[in-house]
Amino acid sequence: MSAYLTKRISYMLIILLAASLLIFSLYALTPGDYISNNIKLSPERKAELREIYGLNKPLLERYGIWMKNAIHGDLGYSLAQQKPVLTLFNEYIWNSFLLAIVSTFLTWLIAVIVGVVSAYKQYSWFDTLMTILIFAAMSLPSFFIGLFLIKILAVDLKWLPPGGMLTTGTNAVGMAYFKEVIHHMTLPVIVMTLLGVGSLSRYFRSSMIDVIKQDYIRTARAKGLKESKVLFRHALRNALLPAITLVGFELPALFGGSIIIEKIFNWPGIGQLYMQSFGLRDYPLLMGFTMLLAILTVIGTLISDVLYQIADPRVRLH
Amino acid sequence: MKDLIKIDHLSTYFDNGNGKVKAVDDISLRVREGETVCIVGESGCGKSVTAMSIMGLVEEPGGKVVNGQIHFNGKDLLQLSKNELRTIRGNDISMIFQEPMSSLNPVLKIGEQIMEPLIVHQNLSKKEARERAIQLIEQVGISRAGQIVDSYPHELSGGMLQRIMIAIAISGNPKLLIADEPTTALDVTIQAQILDMLRQFKEQSNMSIMLITHDLGVVAEMADYVIVMYAGKIVEEGEVVKLFQSPKHPYTQGLLKSKPVINQRQDELYSIPGQVPNPLELTESCYFHDRCAHCMDICRTKQPKLSEVAEQQKAACWLYEEAVVHV
Repeated sequence: MSAYLTKRISYMLIILLAASLLIFSLYALTPGDYISNNIKLSPERKAELREIYGLNKPLLERYGIWMKNAIHGDLGYSLAQQKPVLTLFNEYIWNSFLLAIVSTFLTWLIAVIVGVVSAYKQYSWFDTLMTILIFAAMSLPSFFIGLFLIKILAVDLKWLPPGGMLTTGTNAVGMAYFKEVIHHMTLPVIVMTLLGVGSLSRYFRSSMIDVIKQDYIRTARAKGLKESKVLFRHALRNALLPAITLVGFELPALFGGSIIIEKIFNWPGIGQLYMQSFGLRDYPLLMGFTMLLAILTVIGTLISDVLYQIADPRVRLH
Repeated sequence: MKDLIKIDHLSTYFDNGNGKVKAVDDISLRVREGETVCIVGESGCGKSVTAMSIMGLVEEPGGKVVNGQIHFNGKDLLQLSKNELRTIRGNDISMIFQEPMSSLNPVLKIGEQIMEPLIVHQNLSKKEARERAIQLIEQVGISRAGQIVDSYPHELSGGMLQRIMIAIAISGNPKLLIADEPTTALDVTIQAQILDMLRQFKEQSNMSIMLITHDLGVVAEMADYVIVMYAGKIVEEGEVVKLFQSPKHPYTQGLLKSKPVINQRQDELYSIPGQVPNPLELTESCYFHDRCAHCMDICRTKQPKLSEVAEQQKAACWLYEEAVVHV
């Protein structure tokens, strides 16, 4: 196992190096930068600023500096926000993470339940109803569902706030603060869960249908086990195996924020910051964020491979 | 000998949307205590569906036992609730299957899978069940039982897995063991070992065996009584020696003729001409008529009943009906 990990981690470093090169060239070779955006500056002032920020150095040297700092845990300085990139990440990412972790948990929980029941009672009224609802939810764009729910639940019924993370002008602390955040996050979490449940529950349904037909399920029944045992101990464990691959992809999604949802619900998350930085061509922040996602993706894949080995005795990592 | 299980007029149909398939069509049979009954027939003749009907595990969509009674221990298994049937399944009646490689759950340890029915049916604690599991593994002739108990199915060979299946099946001291083609997927030497083992357990505990097979060699070796099925019907049944010596039904005769004989060189092995009829297109007739060399007019229009044709031997064939004028 440790030999495998050493090998995998060295591969990961190579992949990340290649990714960093790609990410850097993408942003560095795009014409224009943060400074050329600002029409109020005179050409002399622009040249001066480029000198200060090191943007006039040869490309390879700039990459070298960026990498050197990155290895030392410094992803650079946001030109637009005038703060270190990592400080900004720390300010915004956890807000996105909060939405993502709650909705991911709910999505998986609901998807497993819906998937298992639909598979077990295939073509029943429950299965048919779920299929219709899932395809309806999957066919509607996220902004539509988002705005629709804001109209119904926030504007008309006034049950939930339409956006933001805290009530404007609030100075709640402790439990009150906690409650306020939960109150505000309910709507975006509902929308994100609705959007995620669809495809995932279809996935579990088909996986479960395959497993239920296996010989070992017949054996389990022939042994006289309770149907719940057959389903959850014998079938579900096997049906969940292919989903482990998805766990790896969830890791970057947990920290990556959601551009559309955060925009609709005015949630102060990393997705909004990312979108805003795009408009301003704040390249250090964009590079840093893309790199962070690359790192998380690579780690996520490693985690899912290791989980596979734990969950499925037939898998041996070499 | 007392009847252990008695099946009366069992019919199991499948409806897959294209029409009704009579997989098992009004069959009656019995297995007496300590007896081995073999059910023989080609693929799709209803042998396995008969077994699954007994177990209450006809589970493919559209499959249903539509008629009949299965008397076991003074109860009709078809009238029992799911819970009552579950206490019999894997305990009084247990079953082993054709494909040992896929019959065990790949993500659970061998030990856990043997322990499950012990915990459910005999209320053993986990620790007791584990000890019993190790005993059972030894009993089916696998050494290093202490190690095997903690291994996974993919680490064992097909023959060993079938032994494990037998260990699971005999763990509750069943009165009836249903073996659905238990040796088909195994090579010949392992086959013999598995059959020996079944016979040995049968003698030790006076267990009855219902053995489903298409291998007449296995039948000759194991059976006390043989039932021949064709297209969901029983066409002939009888005591094993009699049936092998003088088969009555043309289908049984064909089956026996198509079996290779050791030390006898044949250029070409006999095979019954024609194909098994499409179960969706069956009409009132002897289902074997278009493959039969003795086919008469009545065979095409009327179904023969299973009736006594010799001592301890029954056949469903118009050739043996006295009222029919033979042509």
